Formats: sequence, C-alpha cells, structure tokens
Amino acid sequence: MAAASMTPATIPRAIVVGAGPAGVRAAETLVAAGLRPMVIDEGMLSGGQIYRRQPANFGRPHETLYGYDAEKARSLHDAFEAIRTQVDYRPETLAWNLRENVLHVVTNGVAAALPFDALILATGATDRLLPIRGWTLPGCYSLGGSQVALKAQACSIGQRPVFLGTGPLLYLVAYQYLKAGVDVAAVLDTSPFGASIRALPDLAVRPGLLLRGLRFRRALTKAGVTVANGVVPLEIEGDGEVTGLRYHAAGGGDRRIACDAVGMGFHLRSENQLADLAGCPFLFDDATGMWRPEADGDGRSPRAGIYLAGDGARVLGADAAEVGGRLAALAALADAGMSADAALVTSLRGQMATLDRFRRGLATAFPWPATLARSVADDVILCRCEAITAGTMRETAEAKGAPEVNRAKALSRIGMGRCQGRYCGHAAAEVLAGARGSSLESVGRLRGQAPVKPLSMATVKADTL
Amino acid sequence: MSKANQADVIIVGGGIMGASAALFLRQRGRSVILLERDLIGQAASGTNFGNVRRQGRYLHQLPLSNRARDIWLRMPELLGEDCEFLQSGHLRVVYNAEMAGKIEAYSKDSAPYGLDLEMISANALRARFPYLGREVVAGCYDPTGGHANPRLTAPAFGRAAVRAGVDVRENTEVTGIAKAGDDFVVEARGQGEMRAPVLLVTAGAWGGKLSALFGEPVPIAVHGPNMSVTEPLPYRIGPTIGVSTPHVHETVYFRQVKRGNVILGGYTRGPASNETNRAAVLPENTLGQMEQLRRVIPGFANINIIRVWSGVESYFADDMPVMGPSATTPGLYYAFGFCGAGFQIGPGVGEVMAELIDTGATSTPIEPYSIARFARA
Repeated sequence: MAAASMTPATIPRAIVVGAGPAGVRAAETLVAAGLRPMVIDEGMLSGGQIYRRQPANFGRPHETLYGYDAEKARSLHDAFEAIRTQVDYRPETLAWNLRENVLHVVTNGVAAALPFDALILATGATDRLLPIRGWTLPGCYSLGGSQVALKAQACSIGQRPVFLGTGPLLYLVAYQYLKAGVDVAAVLDTSPFGASIRALPDLAVRPGLLLRGLRFRRALTKAGVTVANGVVPLEIEGDGEVTGLRYHAAGGGDRRIACDAVGMGFHLRSENQLADLAGCPFLFDDATGMWRPEADGDGRSPRAGIYLAGDGARVLGADAAEVGGRLAALAALADAGMSADAALVTSLRGQMATLDRFRRGLATAFPWPATLARSVADDVILCRCEAITAGTMRETAEAKGAPEVNRAKALSRIGMGRCQGRYCGHAAAEVLAGARGSSLESVGRLRGQAPVKPLSMATVKADTL
Repeated sequence: MSKANQADVIIVGGGIMGASAALFLRQRGRSVILLERDLIGQAASGTNFGNVRRQGRYLHQLPLSNRARDIWLRMPELLGEDCEFLQSGHLRVVYNAEMAGKIEAYSKDSAPYGLDLEMISANALRARFPYLGREVVAGCYDPTGGHANPRLTAPAFGRAAVRAGVDVRENTEVTGIAKAGDDFVVEARGQGEMRAPVLLVTAGAWGGKLSALFGEPVPIAVHGPNMSVTEPLPYRIGPTIGVSTPHVHETVYFRQVKRGNVILGGYTRGPASNETNRAAVLPENTLGQMEQLRRVIPGFANINIIRVWSGVESYFADDMPVMGPSATTPGLYYAFGFCGAGFQIGPGVGEVMAELIDTGATSTPIEPYSIARFARA
C-alpha cells in the first residue's frame, strides 16, 4: 500500500467527499489529528440529505425541521461550524471524475484536479425506485425529493399526496408532511405487515427507533390517513398530471385513491459511482439484492488511499454514517502512520455492530419488492431518461441475447441517459434476470462511467491545478 | 447439443471485421466457426465514434472504403436492420488558409476514386451551417458521408451470421493455435479442439499475439479513443463534422444522432491495455474536447456531457492495418490493427477477406497492408 511507505511526519493530503453525517464526522476526526482536509460537497450548506439545512433567510427552528432528530442535526451542524476554518471547504462542488488518486471537481464552471493521499467517500444515498405504470407523470417524486422540497424549501409535492413504497423513510416523510399540515391521502407499503414482526428481534436492538416508527404510524392513522401494508401498486392515473392511484389491497380487491402527487421509494441505494471510478471491487449483497464496494469494517477499501463511509458505502442510516465517518478517518490516519485512539476505535466498532444488526432488521421488515420489478408490464417505461420500456428490455434479453446489464445497455440504451442508470438500474437488472431466467447477481451491475453527474460543456480548466 | 468442431474457416475475433467476414464467407457457401473471447462487437468495434466517412482517408484506402460504402447502403436488406446508419453528410472544417489548401487538394486528389467533395468558403459555410463559430474559415463537404451506431452494428452482423448458419461462439477465449498437417488446430476453454484448413485472425488489438505464433510479430500499439456524449438536443446539426488540423490538441469531431444526443471525440487518445482489456478516458481529455468543441460550435457551451467511454484500439506507426494472407503460413489470413479508422471500412474488410479466402484473390487493392512489410523493415 502507498500509505505504508509514508513516514508519520508526512501530513497526508486528505479529501472528504460529502458533508452529510459521515463526511462531517470524518472531517472532524481528521482535523482533530492535525490535518487540514478538503471537504467537497454538492450542497450549498453542510448537513447532507437527512440534516439538510434550509436557505439562510428561512427561519424554521431545528425542532420543526428535524423533529425527533433535532438534537442530532444541531450537533452535526455545530460540529461542522467548529471546524469550518480548519478545513478547505468547497460547497456547490461536483466531484465528477476520479483517476489514479486524483479527484476531479468542478465549482461554478471551473474544473480542478486534486491529488490526494487519502480520499474518504461519504457520498450518501438516493431512493431506490421501480417502475409503476404512470410513474413518469408530472407529480411523481421520489421520497427523498419529497423530503427535500419540504425541508429545504417548505414546499409540498401536492395538495393531496400519496406516499408509496417501503422502508423507514416512507413513514418518516409521510409523518413530516402530516406535521407540516399537508392532507396526506395515504401511505401504501408494499411490505407485508408480517415482515415487520419477523424483523422485531433485530429491530429491537434499537428500541428508540423501533418505537419512533410505531409512533409515526400511529400518528398517521389517528389523523385519518389510510395506512396499508402488503399493497401491490397497479397504476398511477392521470392525463398530464397525477389524479389518482390504483392498487391491490393485501386483503384482496382493487382500490383507488384520489391524489395529485405521489412520493415513492423502496428504501435507499448508495451513490457509489466514485468508488467505482476509483476501481474498488464490488460485492453482491444477497440481503438487499444490491452491489456494494468492498471495504473492511472500518471502511478501508482494497484500493490504497480510498475509504468508504456512510450510506454511500452501504445503507445503514444516519447514526451509522456518523460512526462510519469517524472509523474511516481513523483508518486513513492509521494507514498514514499517525496514531489513533485504540479504545475509541474499539468503541466505534462496537456501535457499528449494533447498527448493522438493526440494518438487517430493516431489510427483513421492508424487503425490496423484486417480484413487482420483474413483473412490470411490457409497455411501461423502465428507463425514464431514454424512454425505454420493459418490453424493449425483455426483447434485448431474449432476441438479442444480452446476458448482462452492460450488454443490455449497449443494445437498448437502458441506463444511458442523464441519470446513468441510477434510477432504473435496479429494476432493469430484475427485468433482465427475469427474462433470462437467471439470478440477479449473474446479470451484473452497470459499470460506472464519468461524469458522476452531467458536466457542463462550458466547464473551463482552472489556471493553476 | 454437440457442435461440429470442424469447419472450412475458423475466425478468431468477433468484431465488425470478423462478424462480417463470417457472414460473407457463409454466403459463399463456406462453413465457419467464429470465436469471440467476450461478446460480439464489444471492443473497438462497439466503442468507436461511429464515423461512416470516406473523406479524409488515405487515397490507397478509398477502393476498400468504396466497397464498404456499397454494403452500408444495403444494410437493411443484408442484416434486417439499419444500425442507425444515417447518410447525414460529412463536413471537414479548418481554422486557417494552409489547412484549407490541404483539404482542397484532397478534394481534387480523391475525385478519381469517385468522391465528389465540395469546398465551401467561410461565408457560404456559415450560411449553410449557421451554428459554426467564427474561427472556422473553410470546409469541405461530402454529401455521401454519415454515421451509424457502433454498439449495434457488429452485433447485428453477428446475429445475421448466426441466421446464415455460422457457428458463433461467444465467451470463448482461444488458448492455443497450432498447425497440424493441412489443418489449424484451435484450442479454446470448454470447446475442445476445433479444426479448419483456413484461419482468419480478426482479433484487433490482440491480433499481434496470434500473428507472433506464426513467426510474424508486429509492432502493435494500443490506445483508447476518448469519447463523450451530451444530453439530447433538438435534431439540427446534420452532418458529421470534424476539425482538420495538424495539432492533436485541436482535434475534435462530433455527430448528432436522430434522437438528439451529440457524440464527440478527439483531443488525445487515452491509455489502453490488451492485457487488462480496458481503456481509460483521461479527465483532461474530456475537458479538452469540450474546450475544442466550443470553438467549432460556441452554442454548445450551454449543454451537458452525460457520459464518457473508451475502448481498446490497435495502431501501427505507419497508420495502416494488417490485412491479407500470412507471409509464413498457407491458409492463414489477417485483418486487424485498423488504427482507429476501421468502422466504415469494416464490412468492406469482411467482404474482401471472404473473397480472398474463397477465390484466392481480391479485386480490391490491399497490398500496402501486407504483414510482410514488418518482416522487411
């Protein structure tokens, strides 16, 4: 490893990508060790998605914005303010490429190449989505997008939204909308209620969080919101805008709910494109059906100098992201020959073990509805950017013999658009696996390609790199 | 089902050259086994820019290019699909009078080969292509040029070859080749021994490893074209456009596909490896391409690049491919190392190699491309 040749006297050049819970705690840990890390973040302000801050001229208190998590949000925001002058902070900056231990970023249309010894990727997660007839209608949002609208801009996605999907975010977002005074039409969970019961032993390792989930549910029911489990969504209806949602209820029978917006998400997926561009090997995780970059328990990847933390590495939630950020920074320091507090590392690893058990519980309680993704009708659009239907994907699998997703992409354009498969990739892999009669793992994953997000043609190189 | 492991011809390498040669050999009644290490058309054939142009090719390559053009025009009847071939025209533009003189000379020199190129002055150019920037001082237009989708083309030849009866074996890496009597004996993982009296090597960047087995090492270099694509825009650009310049950092070429995206390449090539089989896009190349594209079409500054890619291509210092019979081994033929300019001529190469193998001669001149030139050197 490159780090091994470094003498302890050398101060490593460290970069943290992301200023959410993992990134802030990583930066804080590096600063405490005497480093001056660079912190690259796409956001205008630190906090990430979960503790996203409102614009400076908005005056809602932490309690209104973050509810039960107000204290954690305040703590994270304060932590970043405390190190603000001790880091090279670059907000509104996109890390668009990575090659041979040089990170390529763009800020306000100016590109810079940043060499590093240690790079901590704390890139977060976005919603895991799947296609439903009508999901391309205006008025359909991801759960994360619904939350951003409310948190950052105090806007609702509609007058009467339905929240659909599965995972803890489903109930949290619905609850936040309810508290904000929005007339929530329904919360429709694709996971059967029995799944939550089976997950109880694992979820019980964090009784506070388990209880909170139940509270959200109770508050929603009490307010007269339809909350249903085990639903099969059939169609988001509308002509030019969302007017309703039809679903098959667990007890049998088709129902229709009038609504003007749908917020949907099926748990989260990691934003791991930079890890991919760094050449990190990926592993298939059976429990979630997702690929994730390989890393040891502290977030150390097999690629020298590359560390992974938070939901961008593996979706464990915000508390685990804070622990993971600290662990990754301590691993980077140790690899650079700088002493790390062994007792602290042991304690953090212990916390992580508990959090990981809770994650397994969540995966049991809120399973990814693979069958739903596989059974999407031929005429439904699978890839929104390129307008590719599930039928085209099946034809590519069958008549054109695509054995894995990258070949399917080459032949059908699926995943070739602006989002680079970040929104359609999981469902596309399911449809391909279904059509080939093969396992999800065997159809592989879309290889990451730069730029991580669209890059303006107006981008100029910085005068001095 | 057990497959016959004996054929008239074994082809190693399923790019556009190998897949089209397989189809044309089958049409001539030969039995063919086509071996591809990965999937048909995955390397240089699938990742190149997609230029279907004759303009700018070396004069010695124009007969081959013309032959390929006839095949491109009948792609739908040949393959059952058009591979998104669009005869959109091909425009070469220049930034100074010296280069204008060069492209004008080419337009005259290429005329005897059947090209009908039109020199266009600065003002006329801007009247016809109003999006061009002020630095462009002249252009040369070929209405017969155009572009196609490389991702679709070689696989379409591969499927047509299968329909015609070619035994196409993908994910089949050749592990050994030897000559035993009149037959070549080819070993590949999981396939046992395959035999044929004729062997055609169309293995691109990996061709040199095979030619070396027969005492014909070649000084092959591998690079990757650095490509980018933009988000879709209204379909307005028309021709494939390339800047003709002696300065590699000024090089940029681009085309707009029917669905609106602009595909661009140029600047320098990136590193590639025929050991790892991967090619890299250098971030500075992406930025450099964008800078150069803004010179040609300043209005493009307002759009986004959404993806970049590369692939493993093979080059020779004299910028010519290896094509023709082996100089050491009867029954052995080569067609590889197309120096980043093989896509348009690909189907022509397949047809010429099929003709050469079937009849012992070809009406298309390919002598300059003989592998013997490296033995002489």
